[in-house]
Amino acid sequence: MSTLWTHLVLNLCQVGFILLFAPLVEGVLHRLEEIIQGKSGVSVWQTYRDIWKLFAKDEVISEQSTWVFRFAPIVAFVMPLFVVLLIPALTAYPLFFAFMGDMVAVGFLMAISGFFVALGGMDTGNLYAAVGASRTHMVGFLAEPVFIMVFFSVSYVANSTIPYFVTATWGASWASMLQPAHFMVILAFFLLILADEGRIPVDSPAGKVEIAMIGHSKGLEYSGTSAALMKWGGANKLMVLALVFVNVLVTPWGLAQSTQWTAVLAAVGLVLLKLLAFVIILALVETTLAKLRLFRISEFLAVAFIICLFAVSIRLTGIA
Amino acid sequence: MITVSPIMLSIAGSVAALFVVFGLGVMVSRQMLASLRFFMGQSIALTLSALVLADALHTVNLLWVALITFVTKVIAVPLVLRWAAGEEVYGRREVDQALGIPASVLVAAVFALVGWFAVAPVLPTLHGVPFAVINLPTGLIMVLWGAFTVALRRESVAQMMGLLIMENGAFFGSIAIVHNLTVIAEIAAAVDVPIVALVIGLLIRSIRRVTGSTRVGTLDKLHEH
Repeated sequence: MSTLWTHLVLNLCQVGFILLFAPLVEGVLHRLEEIIQGKSGVSVWQTYRDIWKLFAKDEVISEQSTWVFRFAPIVAFVMPLFVVLLIPALTAYPLFFAFMGDMVAVGFLMAISGFFVALGGMDTGNLYAAVGASRTHMVGFLAEPVFIMVFFSVSYVANSTIPYFVTATWGASWASMLQPAHFMVILAFFLLILADEGRIPVDSPAGKVEIAMIGHSKGLEYSGTSAALMKWGGANKLMVLALVFVNVLVTPWGLAQSTQWTAVLAAVGLVLLKLLAFVIILALVETTLAKLRLFRISEFLAVAFIICLFAVSIRLTGIA
Repeated sequence: MITVSPIMLSIAGSVAALFVVFGLGVMVSRQMLASLRFFMGQSIALTLSALVLADALHTVNLLWVALITFVTKVIAVPLVLRWAAGEEVYGRREVDQALGIPASVLVAAVFALVGWFAVAPVLPTLHGVPFAVINLPTGLIMVLWGAFTVALRRESVAQMMGLLIMENGAFFGSIAIVHNLTVIAEIAAAVDVPIVALVIGLLIRSIRRVTGSTRVGTLDKLHEH
């Protein structure tokens, strides 16, 4: 098989990797949080069971809704899969679609998914979904400057916005790994993941009270296959963001260096270990912090923004 | 002239970044306990910086600085504050401040730039002093942020946190420039901190007894029993 075809196959393997393991990552996260909170809880495979159950159920769609309502879950499911074609999920070398888009494209694809889910939520006229959509966009537009600053500082340090090159630049030596700008970008991006994924302290994913929900109320009207796609898409999105965080920013090692299957399989194991470490940290953060009031979220993101600003300024002033 | 490996410079830079992030935490946290914890985190960063510098410059004195900093700021200050103003630090929820957090964060960013540019003319004269380029601006930024926190906060305990991070900033800058000071001077400088915490803590306690609050703006009204 020529290199081109191997790269294409490996790229599709990355999509398969996400589809297969994303519900597991979410399940492990829930399980860890329940262990920390002293609950007996459900198994790590529960997300798979939920998705399986929802696929088998009938779907109820409001007569008042339009095509947007039916289209949104598909977009939410597919966009993280497009993103994973562009990022180093398993291999350290660029694959077939690596140069189709950079980190800005990653943000753009995620934004499209968020946009359609918000529209889909409002489409049925459900009051809580509309409130959730507007709140999500409030958080979204506050997070946007931080996103831009993260991309700017990363591209400034790595001289590129292609995720594979960023990974290679950080991982080149310990001196580049331990740069203060790198440390600050990591911190800001972690705060961004908390905000974007609707985790505590920004939003409570386990919350059941509609009036207090930010992002999760948008999916209230979905049932059957659409709900399954939304759930699976949500898990995919979390895993993709986690992959960008661990593989591009924090630990740019442990990825396959060659096209051999053994190397790729070893990378699967190592990346899952890295994701486990990420999920443990996320579970600790979520269980030790309290949810912020809605109007305090701007402060949370302002801090993330300033940390990013520092990362850029440190490079600009040439301090370190 | 001492040559330092790029990795040590990177580590020192990352510790400085940690120091700044914790300082930002002290400034923006609305709860006293969180603010105190950020201060403790910042003091640990200061300890780490002293250890890194001690290793890179082969200076034993900086090991003493690290030890003294850890004992006084990470262990003694929280204990003293718990004893002298426990209710204010461990019992209070949100603390008032004169400016909103996003606005004060932006002002802090401006102060950071001022700090960098203020140090820039001094740095060439310190040619040959490694780490001065990292520690000096960081220390000055923290002194400015401390002063800003004192001005910004409307409550005395929170203002004291400003004083404490100012002191941390002064230490952070000075360990890079003067690392051959005698240990007794280091001890004298560091022991000041718990004493400051004690004096202000006792003052806060008596103020609270008289006025029923520690809000600086309402000290003209007496506590009604």
